[in-house]
Amino acid sequence: MTLHAHLVVTRPAFTLDISLTVAPGEVVALLGPNGAGKTTALRALAGLTALARGEIVLDGSPLHTLSVEERPIGMVFQDYLLFPHLSALDNVAFGPRCQGVSKAEARRTAAALLDRVGLTDHATAKPRRLSGGQAQRVALARALAVRPRLLLLDEPLAALDAHTRLEVRSQLRRHLADFDGATVLVTHDPLDAMVLADRLIVIEHGAIVQQGVPAEVARRPRTDYVARLVGLNLYRGVADGSGVKVGQLLISTSDRLEGPAFVAFAPAAVALYRSRPDGSPRNVWQARIEGVERHGDNVRVHLDGPIVAFADITPAALADLDLTPGQQVWASVKATETHAYPA
Amino acid sequence: MATSERSERPVNPSGGAAGRAAPPRKGSGRLPWMLVLPAVLGLAFLVLPLAGLLIRAPWPTLLQRLAEPQVLEALRLSLFCATVATALCLVFGVPLAWLLARVSFPGRRLMRALVTVPLVLPPVVGGVALLLVLGRRGLVGQWLESTFGVTLPFTTAGVIVAEAFVAMPFLVISVEGALRGADQRYEEAAATLGASRWTVFRRVTLPLIMPGVVAGAVLCWARALGEFGATITFAGNFPGTTRTMPLAVYLALETEPEAAIVLSLVLLAVSVIILASLRDRWVTTP
Amino acid sequence: MFRRLSRWAVALPVALALGLSGCGSGEPATSAASARSAGAGGAKEVTVFAAASLTGTFTELGKTFEAAHPGTTVRFNFGSSATLAQQLTQGAPADVFAAASPATMKTVTDASLANAPTTFARNKLQIAVPAGNPAKVDELQDLADPKVKVALCADQVPCGAAAVKALGAAGLKVTPVTLEQDVKATLTKVELGEIDAALVYETDVIASAGKVRGIAFPEADKAINDYPIATLTKAPAGDLAKQFFDLVLSQQGEDVLTKAGFEAP
Repeated sequence: MTLHAHLVVTRPAFTLDISLTVAPGEVVALLGPNGAGKTTALRALAGLTALARGEIVLDGSPLHTLSVEERPIGMVFQDYLLFPHLSALDNVAFGPRCQGVSKAEARRTAAALLDRVGLTDHATAKPRRLSGGQAQRVALARALAVRPRLLLLDEPLAALDAHTRLEVRSQLRRHLADFDGATVLVTHDPLDAMVLADRLIVIEHGAIVQQGVPAEVARRPRTDYVARLVGLNLYRGVADGSGVKVGQLLISTSDRLEGPAFVAFAPAAVALYRSRPDGSPRNVWQARIEGVERHGDNVRVHLDGPIVAFADITPAALADLDLTPGQQVWASVKATETHAYPA
Repeated sequence: MATSERSERPVNPSGGAAGRAAPPRKGSGRLPWMLVLPAVLGLAFLVLPLAGLLIRAPWPTLLQRLAEPQVLEALRLSLFCATVATALCLVFGVPLAWLLARVSFPGRRLMRALVTVPLVLPPVVGGVALLLVLGRRGLVGQWLESTFGVTLPFTTAGVIVAEAFVAMPFLVISVEGALRGADQRYEEAAATLGASRWTVFRRVTLPLIMPGVVAGAVLCWARALGEFGATITFAGNFPGTTRTMPLAVYLALETEPEAAIVLSLVLLAVSVIILASLRDRWVTTP
Repeated sequence: MFRRLSRWAVALPVALALGLSGCGSGEPATSAASARSAGAGGAKEVTVFAAASLTGTFTELGKTFEAAHPGTTVRFNFGSSATLAQQLTQGAPADVFAAASPATMKTVTDASLANAPTTFARNKLQIAVPAGNPAKVDELQDLADPKVKVALCADQVPCGAAAVKALGAAGLKVTPVTLEQDVKATLTKVELGEIDAALVYETDVIASAGKVRGIAFPEADKAINDYPIATLTKAPAGDLAKQFFDLVLSQQGEDVLTKAGFEAP
């Protein structure tokens, strides 16, 4: 059940043009900032948004020529869109009924699915009586009830509060693991993407900017957006064997490469000093403090200078250094804590 | 006005600063008189004429007047015709509202305007227009008579046609509004579950807009029940076949104003009772 | 639930009111307040309530009156005699009342609102048939044929009462398909060809200007309608009311009325 898709959707001020392939049993996450076109891509796969060009092929047969209701898909919407006038059971039984299954049979299927997501006790409840997490599970069961070959999830966890989210995320991961068709999910949350997906596709401005397995994407971001998502300082420059020249600054790295390259390092790897440190083979540059904010248990310092960077330091260090915005400091990062890779 | 507002401000909990501790209140304080005053006047305006009817009603002879067979005949005819007309309006009006709300086609704006024509047309003119089309010398009426031997004017069917003509816009506008207000993404969700457009309409859209459909049908029924001008013009006025309550009321006004009051009260009472009991049946829907 | 109830509570009277508003369309509403004489200084007004069948003739007489009394305006309220009588008994201010039947005039004089009435015109029934006379109606007896679609005025209005009298005099039993609320509505249906024959006034046939054909019949003499006119006791225009009253009864008034098909009393 391999999905091959080339999706082109044109809007007055926006064009989406992406290609993706999803293997059977694989979960691919479309990740990107708001307005990048990820939901549009999902709607195009479902047939809810018309393609300007391109094609969608599932198991060798074209999907894009079919209307929405003819496509072998299951879709979970961002706010679930459970039919308010039907019970949880009838919501799940809706799809099978549309496929011509008898009422009793459809309800049996629905009951089994509700059991699988642990909601047997809530079968007769109307959607407005369900909690967010329960509604999400009913929505998943409803999408699975049509035995889809392609499962589409639009921000499946976005409507949940932080606590419920944690719990539902791990349940969803289990259910997705059991599903043998292709799954495409859309999210703007890197954590959801990392936990749920086998592969990430990052979309910005309607185009794919990076894709790969989550660990690879996290380690080697290729755009500022991805770098911010995974919490790294990222620069593009030219490598000359021992380091990467970023603007005026040469950042020495332990990776040996030549030509256009990215160099990335974590904010926690950056050390700050009031006067120029000496000794050890470090990258040192003078920077100006732009701002200071709390970041978890640490303090994140925004630095301007030859490169724009974040530095995470402890509150104690902040007090010792007596840092204030506008002040000049020295920043340094060890070559061994940087990571360079071809651009 | 400015002074009174200033002097009252400390009482308002949102005013805050004053030392006096205002008791905690639900909502955001006083009822705004700018809304309440016109609301009360509006209510009085609508209800006082009814009170006038009640006060002037000839109570001592009321029962005797009610027992007159012609009253019951007119009442039965009114209820029958208004109900059938409402059913007709539902059958044709709901799909029409769906078309106007969900399908875009050239001339849709114009069509939406045309649908409201019976609202602005004086009902008597509507009746004449119906005669010109469905009368026995009318465009369609001629054909109806020669092909099926059917003539609508001066028949009970004619009353239903006249009432449906005048009342349908109420249903269409109400249902179209409900359709526009309904979240179309539910329909998309249903489509992804394999539902055809007809199934989507029947099993998702219609239940979602049911309150709007019921409200529209109620308006439509009430309008049909009170219909006078188009009915008397198109269907005429004959006891038992076309003389509905409003026609009986009007004729009674010519000679016996008291009888007209009784008939009006009967019409009002019956419709209020029917609508109130209908309401209970719909309470359970979401 | 409460919301739905309240929606109905509003919807019902509104819709009923809309429905009954159709009644008004034949008759312009009384502009009661403005119908008073416009004060001591210059312009005066005479307000005349007159039966709908007098619309043409009285409008003409009104112009004559205004020409003879510069600075004076005659305002008319035409409508069904019964409706007008009711408006008068409910206190509508007026100077002159001309009714299409003595019975409606009586309700006003009984309430001591009008001075002694005088009959100023008489109207006779005719059989009105549409152009081409599709049902081949020649005489009153033809109306008893069940294949002929007949419209009569309702018994409650003067032309209906006259029709009942005429048919009774002829010993005929006629089953109409409709009993119309006034003579104009009856005439409209004849004009449109929906009706094969109707009993209306001779004046209405003349006023229709050839759109319907009138057939006189002898029994009409047994059901002649008298039109009484009276000044009102509280006429705001005072003497002017009497002067308009006199104009209607004058030779000039009679000429206008007979030209329109009325008969002199």
